[in-house]
Amino acid sequence: MLNFRLTGRGLWIAFLIIPPLAVMVTFVAYPIVSALAYAFYDWNGLQRGEFVWFENFRIVLFQEPFAEWTRRAFMHNVIVFFSLMVVQNGFGFILAYALWREPFGAAFHRVAVFLPVVLSTVIIGFLWKLFFHPIFGVVNQSLRAVGLDDLAQPWLGQSETALGALIFVNAWAWVGFPTLVFLAGLQRIPPELLDAARMETDNEWILIRKIVWPLIAPSATIVFILLFIGSFNWFELPYIMVGLDGSPFGSTDVLGLYFYRTAFGNQSAGVQDFGQGSALAVLIFAFIAVVAAFWTVRLRRREIQI
Amino acid sequence: MQRKLILSALAAAVAAPAVIAATAPTFAQEISFWSWRQEDREQYEEIIARFEAQNPGVEVAFEAFEASQYATILSTALAADNAPDSMMVRAYGAFEAVANGGYLMPLDEDKVPALADFPQSAVDAVTLRSDGVTYAVPFASQTMLVMYNKAIFDDLGIDEPQTWDDLIAAAETITEAGMFAFANGTATAWQNETLTFSLGASTMGQDFIADMRAGEADFTDERFIEALEKVNEIKPYLPDGYQGLDYPSAQQLFVSGLAAMFAGGSFEIANFRSQNPDLEIGLFAAPGADEGDTPLVATFFDGGYAGSATTEHEEAVLKWLNFLATQEFGQMFANSLGNITPIPGVTFEDPLLQEVADLNANSIPYVMLTDFRYQEPSGSVLIQSEVQKMMAGEATPEEVGQAVTEGIATYHEPFQD
Repeated sequence: MLNFRLTGRGLWIAFLIIPPLAVMVTFVAYPIVSALAYAFYDWNGLQRGEFVWFENFRIVLFQEPFAEWTRRAFMHNVIVFFSLMVVQNGFGFILAYALWREPFGAAFHRVAVFLPVVLSTVIIGFLWKLFFHPIFGVVNQSLRAVGLDDLAQPWLGQSETALGALIFVNAWAWVGFPTLVFLAGLQRIPPELLDAARMETDNEWILIRKIVWPLIAPSATIVFILLFIGSFNWFELPYIMVGLDGSPFGSTDVLGLYFYRTAFGNQSAGVQDFGQGSALAVLIFAFIAVVAAFWTVRLRRREIQI
Repeated sequence: MQRKLILSALAAAVAAPAVIAATAPTFAQEISFWSWRQEDREQYEEIIARFEAQNPGVEVAFEAFEASQYATILSTALAADNAPDSMMVRAYGAFEAVANGGYLMPLDEDKVPALADFPQSAVDAVTLRSDGVTYAVPFASQTMLVMYNKAIFDDLGIDEPQTWDDLIAAAETITEAGMFAFANGTATAWQNETLTFSLGASTMGQDFIADMRAGEADFTDERFIEALEKVNEIKPYLPDGYQGLDYPSAQQLFVSGLAAMFAGGSFEIANFRSQNPDLEIGLFAAPGADEGDTPLVATFFDGGYAGSATTEHEEAVLKWLNFLATQEFGQMFANSLGNITPIPGVTFEDPLLQEVADLNANSIPYVMLTDFRYQEPSGSVLIQSEVQKMMAGEATPEEVGQAVTEGIATYHEPFQD
């Protein structure tokens, strides 16, 4: 049998650990567990009804029109993830590579690229909503000014362009983050390694592929996984720019918005259903946790140490 | 020193209620009254003073909460047996969420006799469908209509349209004069519902609503489709890029005089006036095809005043609720709060409000809210996104009617055939 003795050191450790543990349990573990529990009940407003097993999950996954809304929102998250992977992370890598080569004014560019990341999402959302304003927005006004009147459109109001516009804004705002992480990875590569490689080849592309990219794999792991989590939790930017309904007619609806309006109700349109909302939250959480865990393990495996 | 201060402050805080209790007359009953109208505190205090003067021995304590948080705060308090004695409750689906729990005091015509004279639609808004019991005294109604800028209409020599063709002709004239005829945009989802009913009510007609409620018609009915076609016709008269124009931007276009008309709710009036006090607003109900037909508006009720089922001061609460159903209160509500009350016989100092009240005499219900916002997919969710689609040119009126009917049919039996 284990024998616990209260030593001074043990007390001290307990004293330090209990407060943060209490905070974690109260504000992280408890809500997650209770959301899980909520998902199995029927709800009448804020009043908990009967235990209904997997009924809420069945409804959001298999009963029309909810199933279609869930699929649609999920597909949009997938689109967001892959587009941002290419645009935000791809462009982030190119920027990082360029900054790593120390171009003229590198210090200025480093700050400029990272600056939007510091801005609050609310500011970014409102700012770009104004930029995209169909009548007074700078985007359309600039297009008209250079004679491209045909390209001036209600960017956020059309089903073909709305999601793309949101993805663009997201990439504009957060491209600085992957850039910074990649840049830090690049700067950690020992110069002698690169010098040695340069003796073998002049081809920059081979250099990137064979030497640089494998060596910054840990940076890529972080950036990829964070982007994955961010894409499937995407909420603030669409909420601010297109509203809870994923306007127009659901073409920008993502899981975050769908979950929120299901659980808390959309005052100007619908009723709230805590059970179905919790079921969605649990599904989103499980999906992100499982995929992110497996992917992290896989990505870690290909990382190499020098 | 500081400690002493805190201690004495504490002592004062503890003693204060005792002092108040000691000075108040011993028979006084204090009842609490919860509201989501923080901005109306002053007016409500006046109303309460009037009530207290007439009912010595009853004191009403007004407490207001942030409107967007009110539903959560109230339902939490009710569920925790912490209910206020009297409270404002929302109408329709949101009302049922509260009333279903059995938290509200049932009101009948014995308890609140004045309810008998209220319009049926008002009483229905705060009556539970499952047991047919009324649980509140209804207050403000809102009206879907067309507001216009009088100066622009006068300059261009346009009269209030008597037929739908007049309305289109007026829109044409305004557009030719280089302005936007309508300020409305469709980017904010719920604006599509207000647009549909403020412009289409007359074309739908009261018969359609009656047939639909009787289970003899659904939203594929030609009267409803025709109304959607009318709404669809105004696309050329909306601002450039209206699909991307959100609600605040649309309001600004109207307030700044860049657009001549705004199809929407009567709740806009106060806001328009505060943003531009010089703006002279006129109102009309969007007409139907024929001149002879009385144009209709679409109306709904905001909510009602309810008592708690578990209050210890039932008598006092009933006195208060009865006061809130009197014409005297209605008059104050109309003139100091600037709202349209369903209390019969109230006259309005504000001519614009009087006009809204007059228009209300010929109305249809704002039906997606009044009848189909109890379950998901709600009629509102459906009509909002489908009309948004139609206005973007990606759905026909028939397709909209079909999709809305199918969505509601998932839980509404009369539509299932």
